[in-house]
Amino acid sequence: MKNIEILIVGKHPDIMKTILRLLNNKADWTGTGAFSADEALGLGKSVLFDVVLLGAGLSGVESKQIQDHFTVPVVQHYGGGSGLLYAEVYEALGV
Amino acid sequence: MAQTVFHPANSRGKADLGWLKSYHTFSFGGYYNPERMNFGALRVLNDDTVDGGEGFGEHPHDNMEIISIPLKGGLKHQDSMDNIAVISDGDIQVMSAGTGIFHEEHNDDADEDVQFLQIWIYPNVLNVEPRYDQLTLDKADRHNKLQQILSPNADDAGVWIYQDAWFNLGSFDKSLSASYHLKAKGNGVYIFIISGSVAINGQVLNTRDGFGIWDTDSFTIDVLADSEFLLMEVPMEW
Repeated sequence: MKNIEILIVGKHPDIMKTILRLLNNKADWTGTGAFSADEALGLGKSVLFDVVLLGAGLSGVESKQIQDHFTVPVVQHYGGGSGLLYAEVYEALGV
Repeated sequence: MAQTVFHPANSRGKADLGWLKSYHTFSFGGYYNPERMNFGALRVLNDDTVDGGEGFGEHPHDNMEIISIPLKGGLKHQDSMDNIAVISDGDIQVMSAGTGIFHEEHNDDADEDVQFLQIWIYPNVLNVEPRYDQLTLDKADRHNKLQQILSPNADDAGVWIYQDAWFNLGSFDKSLSASYHLKAKGNGVYIFIISGSVAINGQVLNTRDGFGIWDTDSFTIDVLADSEFLLMEVPMEW
C-alpha cells in the first residue's frame, strides 16, 4: 500500500507534537510538521505530500501562500489533534 | 420546502474503551462515515458515559467551540488557563479553543457513571484567544417551554460561542407541542432527543434519535410522550 504523506502546518509546538503522534500512529501514514509557510514550502520541495493540513495560528497570508503553492488538497484542520483528525485526512483523500 | 435528515439512535458510531462508552452521531475518532461528517456547523455530537473515577487525560484542542452538557453525575474540568471546576446535570460548559488549549475532564465521582453530551461547533473566526465558561441553568425554565442555553451574544440568555448558533433545551409533557422559529436565514436545526418521543414533519423521533431540518423558517414539535430534547440551530454554510 502506498504511504500517505501528510504535512501539518501550525504554530503551537505542543499541539504539533500531538498531531504528529496521531498521524504517525497510523500504518502507512507519515506526518511531517512545519511551523511556518516558508518551512512548509521548503519541505514541499523534497517530499511529495498527499494532503496538507492548516493548523491553528497561521495568518491569512500564510494560509493563502500554502494554498496557492500546493496542488494537493489543502484543508483547514480543526480541533488540534482530536477526534476529527483522521476524518479530515480521509475526506481530503476522497476515501 | 423544508429539507430533513433522520439519524436513528442505532445508526450512530460507537466507541467502547472500557471506561468510556461513546455514541457518535458524526464521524469521530475511529468512526468514519463520509455520509455523516456534520450538520452545517455542527461537527460533533457525542453521547458519552464515563465510568466512576475515570476520565480524559490532558489533551489539546484548537479552533473549535466545544460545549458539554451533563445529563447525569458530575464532570471535573481542569485546563491550561488554570480553570478548575465541576459541572453537573443542569449546567452547561463552553470552551473556545482558538489558538490552543489543553484540558482534562474526569468523572467527579469515584463510583457512579457520568453521562454528558459533547458538542463541537465550527467557529466563525479562527485563532481567537482561548476562553472557558460555565453556567448553571434553572431546569424549571424548560418545563413545557424552550429554554435558550447558548447564543452568539454575550449579553443574551445562556453561554455564548463564536458562531451564529442558538441552543435550546425543552422538557415537555405528553400531548403538548412546541414551535420553533429560526433566528437566522440560512440556518438549520438539529434536534437530539435526550429521552421520550416526539414527531416533527411526520417523522417520529425516539430516545437518542437525531433529526436535522433546514430550508424552513419554523417547525413544530409534537410531543408524543414526556420528553427532553435539545435543539441546535447552526449555520448550514459558514
